[in-house]
Parts: sequence; C-alpha cells; structure tokens
Amino acid sequence: MVAKLVMTSSAGERQEYPLTKETTTLGRKPGNDIQIDNLSVSGKHAQVITILEDSFLEDLGSTNGTYVNGKLIKKHALEHGDRITLGKFQLVYENEGAAEGDFEQTMIIRPGEAGMPEQAGDKEIDRSVQKINAALQSENAAASASSTEGKEACLQLLSGANAGKELVLKKALTTIGQPGVQVAAITRRPQGFFLIHVDGGPNNTVPKVAGSPIGSNAHRLNDHDIIEVAGVKMEFYTR
Amino acid sequence: MNLRDKLQIAGLTDTGKVRRRNEDSIGYDSVLGLLVLADGMGGHLGGEVASSMTVDTIIEEVQTHLPAIGSGQVDSATGFSLESICIQDAIELANDRVYRKSAEGPELRGMGTTVVTLLFYDNRLSLAHIGDSRCYRMRGGQMEQLTKDHSLMQELIDRGFYTPEEARKSLNKNLVTKALGIDPTVSADLQEDLVLKGDIYLLCSDGLTDLIEDDEISLTITEFSDNLEEAAKQLITKANQNGGKDNISVILCRVKEDFSESKGWFKKLIEWF
Repeated sequence: MVAKLVMTSSAGERQEYPLTKETTTLGRKPGNDIQIDNLSVSGKHAQVITILEDSFLEDLGSTNGTYVNGKLIKKHALEHGDRITLGKFQLVYENEGAAEGDFEQTMIIRPGEAGMPEQAGDKEIDRSVQKINAALQSENAAASASSTEGKEACLQLLSGANAGKELVLKKALTTIGQPGVQVAAITRRPQGFFLIHVDGGPNNTVPKVAGSPIGSNAHRLNDHDIIEVAGVKMEFYTR
Repeated sequence: MNLRDKLQIAGLTDTGKVRRRNEDSIGYDSVLGLLVLADGMGGHLGGEVASSMTVDTIIEEVQTHLPAIGSGQVDSATGFSLESICIQDAIELANDRVYRKSAEGPELRGMGTTVVTLLFYDNRLSLAHIGDSRCYRMRGGQMEQLTKDHSLMQELIDRGFYTPEEARKSLNKNLVTKALGIDPTVSADLQEDLVLKGDIYLLCSDGLTDLIEDDEISLTITEFSDNLEEAAKQLITKANQNGGKDNISVILCRVKEDFSESKGWFKKLIEWF
C-alpha cells in the first residue's frame, strides 16, 4: 500500500502523487517531482522523505513556509489525513498503513545488498531498504566531515597555578579533579566527548559547563566549552 | 580479581506472548564481571543460532584472554584500555563465526544479531554494542541510557524528524542499521566509564523498551534494587502484560563493593591537576 499526496483542484479534480521514491520534491521549478507552477510556491519549497511505511515532510527554506493542518512546520512526521499547505495550494497525505504485524520483528537494513532476511519476502521492502540505506550513507558521509573523528581533543587549564597547561585527551576515559574535593570523568563515545559527574565531595559539587551545573547524566562537550571542576576552569577544544 | 562478591547479577530471558521461539540469548560470568546480551534476527532458524553463538563466543574469548591482561594499561594507538580491546576482539571473532555459519545453509542465510556487552574491572567498565539492544545505568536514583541505538528510529530522531516519544509510535520501530554477523567485518561502539558502589546496570533487548516506558523501568529497578531476581521477573511480567510482542531479555547488575585493582585507587585518579 503506497502512500500518496492528493491535490484536489477547485473544480474537484483529484490529482494523485504516489510517494514511491525515497525523496519527493515539491516546488515551482521544473525538476521537482511535484511541480506547482505558481508564484506563491518557492522554486524548491519542500520535500517528503519516505521510509517504508512512514513519510516525513521537510520545508526547504521556502518563502511562504510549509503548513500542516494550519501549523507552520520545519519537519513533520506525516499522518494519514494531514493537510499540507504550500503557498495557495493544499495536498492531503493519504496512507492507510501496513499490517502492523509485519514490522514487530527486528530487521536489518543491509548496506549494499539486494535482499532482506528471508522472512521479509516482500519486494516493496527490498526496494525501500536499498534506498534508505543510500540516503543514510550519504547523510552520514556529510555528518562525519564535521564530527570529532580524526581530530585531537584537548583540555587547557584557564585558572589556578597551572594555567596554560594543556592535556591531549588520548584515552577513552580520562579522570579529572581532586579526590575528596570533586571528581569527574571525560569519556569518549562515537558521538563525541562527554563529561560525567562522579563524586561531588563533601559539598556535593557538580561540574559546570558554561557556568551551569551539568546534572547527573553525561553531558556532551562542544568545541570551546568552558568546564569547571574542583574550582578549576578549563577549556575543551578539538583541533 | 574475582568479582563474584563485588557484583550482584541476575538475568532473565522470555519468549514473550506472540513469538513462537526465543531468539534472544543472555549470558554472564560473575567471576570476571562480564555480561552479554544478544537479540537474534533473520533467516528461518538463524536468529537463535546467531545470538547464542555470539554470547558463547564472547564469554569464551574473554575467559581465555582476560586473566593474562595486566590492569591499568592503555592501548596507545586507540586510547582504549586493554580490557576494552579484549572485548572488541571477542566481538570481532563472534562476527566472523556468525558470518561464516550463515553461509552453511539456506535456513541460516541472512542471520544476524544485536549485541551489548559490559565488562567490569578496576572500578571501571567497558561497554560495547551493535544494534538496538541497550545498556542503562541507575545512579543516585536517576536512570540514564548509556548506549545509542544503531537504528533507523535513532537516525530520524537525530535528524529532528521525531522526538523519542513520537518514535515509539512509528511502525518502522525495529529496523537496525548495524548488526553482527551480516558482514565480514564489524565495528562495535565502545566506551569506558568509572563505576561507583551502588550503581545498577541494565542490559536489555528492545522487547523490553518497546513495551515499557523508561520511567516504569526505573521505578521497578528502584523498588527491587535489593532483589535483582525479582526485579528481572517484574520487568518481564510487565512487558508481557503490555502485549509481549517480542522476545524480552534483561540482565541486571548491582555494584555492591569497590573493586579497584590497587589500594591507591584515588591516588591513581589524579591524572592531571
């Protein structure tokens, strides 16, 4: 059961656009999958990303905005019956949905392979799976260019007797602080470096980032964050 | 160091109410402080084979190689402790075995598994995972998910299309983007952290977290923190009460005592300052 967008003209004519591609673009310019030739619609207005049974609408920086059920959206997970407005035009998202049982089982998206595990036995799924993976891989390639992979992470003391001293974070786990006063850990995960409160000492002091206490959960560190542990300030940066 | 008296461990796995077979596998070694959980998938019979082979291989490998590893050493190329590298190697071997096994018959073709494994040593932990089976930590009454799912849902959450609550309602819930045994090589996410007395760790398959909200998991563990066997039973029962749509597995571990390798643990902590 393929999801679709349906535009009904003022004359009552129904124009259906099946969402068969992993990305369906909407806009005024030719080249869009759904071309709406009207000035109220931007050249590249919005796109719908379809992944198996679900579709997601994303505004592409349009002038007049993209609305769903009257609300301005940037990104929106579409539900059957949603009314999408682009400029003066309205489309309805129709998706009766798949049999829920098919998707309870954990399945693998297999990179670069033609088929799914035997159980799937569904050509639709096979095809979609290949596309999702291509989309994810290209997004990941773009994302990793800006990640901390391949970069050195460092801490530099900003205060105290050793101000100016620099430590390169070479280990997966680095502990900082003073036992009995305050202890924290910096752990390296695939997503980046995280600061974790370990021991608050007699006053239960929690580490601060940018002046605010970090709470009990791991706190992701961003380039140039100023950390404070045991009264000492230091800067986290990557290079 | 024998960790048997330092850690309290309880594990339970259940077929659930809908599936005909249980393709999850769990295992642990309380002397070594090693916990492994795997959720198998694919192939007509493959899920069970993939997950049990993975759990057995990892436990065997760590039992063989860990005792020889001196504590407190770091692999300079990667920054990981040698204990972490040991886990990583064990996972790679498991991947190799499952991948080869899957070529042995049509009923095994396409089989794979998630895996999440936790190793305790010297007041620290190494945590490795592939897929959407998870590790949580309860510390000071707060629960935190330590692993990030390799799943389509997580990708969509990261890209801003879903909040975690909305993702639970999606039909595409169970698509993993990484698994063990489906490719000749694999790379697991690997991290290290400090461990405190009183911490409680939970490894679980998505059969649990798809059916019970995190808050309820947290309350159940807190209520039964002195009796982990009962906590595990309660979690499985609640998941089944909510439909039991998938296999459900949990391993719980409570840190009863410090387990540092040397007396001067706090001295070792002064890395810098």
